[in-house]
Amino acid sequence: MSELIKTISVLAIPTFIFVVLGYGYYKRINVYEAFIEGAKEGLATAWRVLPYLVAMFVAIGIFRSSGAMDLVIKILTPITNLFGLPAELIPLVLIRPMSGSASTGMLAEMFKTYGPDSFVGRLASTMMGSTETIFYTLSIYFGAVGIKRIRYTLWGALVAEVAGVIASVIICRIVFGM
Amino acid sequence: MVNGIWIVLILAGLLMGLVTGELEAVTQSAIDSAKYAVELCFGLIGIYALWLGLMKVAEESGLVEAVSKRMGGIMRFLFPEVPERHPAMGAMTMNLIANMLGLGNAATPLGIKAMHELQSLNRSRDTASHAMCMFLIINTSSVQLIPTTVIALRSAAGSKNPTEIIGTALVATSISTLAGVIAAKILAKR
Repeated sequence: MSELIKTISVLAIPTFIFVVLGYGYYKRINVYEAFIEGAKEGLATAWRVLPYLVAMFVAIGIFRSSGAMDLVIKILTPITNLFGLPAELIPLVLIRPMSGSASTGMLAEMFKTYGPDSFVGRLASTMMGSTETIFYTLSIYFGAVGIKRIRYTLWGALVAEVAGVIASVIICRIVFGM
Repeated sequence: MVNGIWIVLILAGLLMGLVTGELEAVTQSAIDSAKYAVELCFGLIGIYALWLGLMKVAEESGLVEAVSKRMGGIMRFLFPEVPERHPAMGAMTMNLIANMLGLGNAATPLGIKAMHELQSLNRSRDTASHAMCMFLIINTSSVQLIPTTVIALRSAAGSKNPTEIIGTALVATSISTLAGVIAAKILAKR
């Protein structure tokens, strides 16, 4: 199981590149030109996330260096331990459903503090990759067609979110140990 | 909501710094953090360029449409109330595929088109239909096959193996989507 998941990680990107470029070549589009065209947006995209990174880095930097983060983690640890979730991840779990850009900034800050290859870093990565912003997506899509009563959508989305967090904890323990 | 969390982090940090006498460290950290954010941002440019380049190829070659054609069975199970040949089906399928491939920019307009088509089938003007609830629950549960932003951030932060989390994220996201679909089916029957 663990080996299979590791193999998927190794093969995913080469397979993806092969399929995308291979299909483009088969469809006789100018693959190289299309790639360059898309790659031009790389700078703009990185530029766009910069303000979010600065905002989140500074806020968490202040919170952490003052000792407030340690205090919160110390208080939450006995509770989160029951679920096998390191308390360090609580800020990310809370902000993930609210904003994609803010959680991107928070994840980057966690990599800086704990290291991307630590257990916390790997679990945070898995969690971030398995869930999506809820409130923003719902307001955009329902707003576009003027729906006011969203019925059980939010509940369903939250069930998926919680399941994603729990699944991340379990799968990371199996694959990465600890 | 992000506004609230952000301001609480900063104000609580400053007050705590005052109490613990760590105000100097707090100031230093604020300045260093801002600087590091910019350095990190430079590390992201290359990987973003690589991915967005690939995404453009996928878009122009019509890969999204090609995969969409093979999704009929699953879509009929997920959205039994939507007629098979209705334009809503096509728009929803293409939105979900675009999301799977990480084509966020292409996915949003398709998703909004899908919502408009679903609204044309909806009996009520301002109340969500079952199909809409299911569609958005799947959308918010994330069905992305390769979490590109996470990989970019890991690599920029100096990870030895930035892609090692693809497999675990794929398992976790499948479980989260499955949980969302089951919850939606149960809630719809109430």
